Amino acid sequence: MSRRSPTGESRVPFADLAEVRSQFPCLQQQIHGKQLIYLDSAATSQKPSQVIEAVDSYYREYCSNVHRGVHTLSERATSRYEGVRPKVAVLINAPDPHSVIFTRSTTEGINLVARTIGRSRVGEGDEVLISAMEHHANIVPWQMLCEEQGAILRVIPCDENGDLILNDLGSLITDRTKVVSVGYVSNAVGTRHDVKKIISAARTRGAITLIDAAQAISHIPVDVEDLGCDFLAFSGHKMYGPTGIGVLWGRKELLDQMSPWQGGGDMIRTVSFERTTYADTPWKFEAGTPNIAGVIGLGAAVDFLNDVGFETIQEHESQLVAEAMARLDQVEGLSIIGRPSHRISVISFILDGIHPHDAGTIIDQHSVAIRAGHHCAMPLMKHFGVPATIRASFAVYNTHDEIEALTSAIESVKAVFR
Amino acid sequence: MNDIRELYQDMILDHSRSPRNYGPLDRENHSAQGHNPLCGDDVSIHIYRNSAGVIEEITFEGSGCAISTASASILTGVLKGRLEEDVRLIFSSFRKMVADDGEVPSGEGLGKLAVFSGVRQYPARIKCATLCWHTLIQALDGKMEEVSTE
Ligand SMILES: Cc1ncc(COP(=O)(O)O)c(C=O)c1O
Repeated sequence: MSRRSPTGESRVPFADLAEVRSQFPCLQQQIHGKQLIYLDSAATSQKPSQVIEAVDSYYREYCSNVHRGVHTLSERATSRYEGVRPKVAVLINAPDPHSVIFTRSTTEGINLVARTIGRSRVGEGDEVLISAMEHHANIVPWQMLCEEQGAILRVIPCDENGDLILNDLGSLITDRTKVVSVGYVSNAVGTRHDVKKIISAARTRGAITLIDAAQAISHIPVDVEDLGCDFLAFSGHKMYGPTGIGVLWGRKELLDQMSPWQGGGDMIRTVSFERTTYADTPWKFEAGTPNIAGVIGLGAAVDFLNDVGFETIQEHESQLVAEAMARLDQVEGLSIIGRPSHRISVISFILDGIHPHDAGTIIDQHSVAIRAGHHCAMPLMKHFGVPATIRASFAVYNTHDEIEALTSAIESVKAVFR
Repeated sequence: MNDIRELYQDMILDHSRSPRNYGPLDRENHSAQGHNPLCGDDVSIHIYRNSAGVIEEITFEGSGCAISTASASILTGVLKGRLEEDVRLIFSSFRKMVADDGEVPSGEGLGKLAVFSGVRQYPARIKCATLCWHTLIQALDGKMEEVSTE
């Protein structure tokens, strides 16, 4: 593990996971008189000091607009802003930094694809394929598109373990299929899907592919070259970065062909009342003053991920998840929802006769932050026959002791309802 | 740390486990459905109000957390036999009790409903306690569209 100094050159190693955890100011606090235990990183992760300081220093030291000033501050802001593109490109192994578009979030990235190339490729009677395990962010934009174009939304089914059923892809992906858009990791039950298999089946039929990597990006190395997808979307706030910033990566040739989405400043080359010519990729997709602080904070989050290293992250998180599964399995009256063959960071469960919201309120009183709800995956909840679940999700800063705290909080929920 | 048993009092736990006045109502002349999209709670309220404005019969159906189920169950027990105008007054006291910062209203016919006084400590749960009330008012007002807490 190593850490980049504020100037970005020399790298100092993190001594251990305790030092990694110490980087997160928000974790160093008491809730209801006890040390906070944060097990809701799938909703949003906490932010390390280096991210908070990067955002802070933009506002304190070189706050100015990008791409427009000749003055020194603006040049500084522009170079820091643009400097994040190659960092992100390296993170996802994208060959061209100019194929990295800054968005507001995963949600905005998916909407951008649906509204631009989606609208031009998907016509009446065509099909868009998603899966039964998508977040609403990867359902609703496609539903809207299909409704508008008279197209059909089809769904890859999932089994009772929370694995997608992929042996019938041949009949789900046909010549009518124009877009295949699936999540990499399920935010509701933690399944890591075999997206490569889906992408290659889609490619043989000429469909464009989008991967929603919101729940993957901070947990596993994501490699767009290896995946072979056309687009990949994720959010900064789930990878130790700020809220309000996201990334859409797209194949450069496709992005170049696509028309812009929103119009405004920054995305143009020349404007007259007769005709406007657009800027090149990626700027033609970044209309208006962007979230400059967010991009700079995102860059610091990428540094943080590299400083800790995915090997450390994966090893630690998979130990945490395995231990949590083992402990939760011992709790009487607790049923884990979904037993996928590959699980990442997320465990969903229910308690016999106790509604998840009641459990959530009581668990919170024990300073343990978990999520109770449908996790923006209502169709999936329906599939499992539950209105909601309790979800614990883990990040690199979580500890084994925190699993103990979770299970004892669960016991006290049961005690109230005994 | 709040004492969680101030929220989950025995009466609430009891009503959530064995809800009273649960099921359809043959004679209903007012009804409405409520939904909390945030947590998926559903409730429908069935009422028979006579020409004198008295709620002669009231039942509920639906699914939700302990707070929302107990709230609907206790509500039906408390309001049966009451005049519609009283019901509105009781709702206004109930809402003050669970959702306001001010003093907890006393008397004013809250009766058993006072077991929900702990809810105000848990802002995220206020809607669980009030969903059935909003649905009830909707039913009395005779508006047909579904109530949503959002
Ligand atoms: C799998 C998945 N996709 C998409 C999203 C939407 O992310 P955002 O709200 O940051 O746009 C989330 C967030 O919960 C998610 O977990």
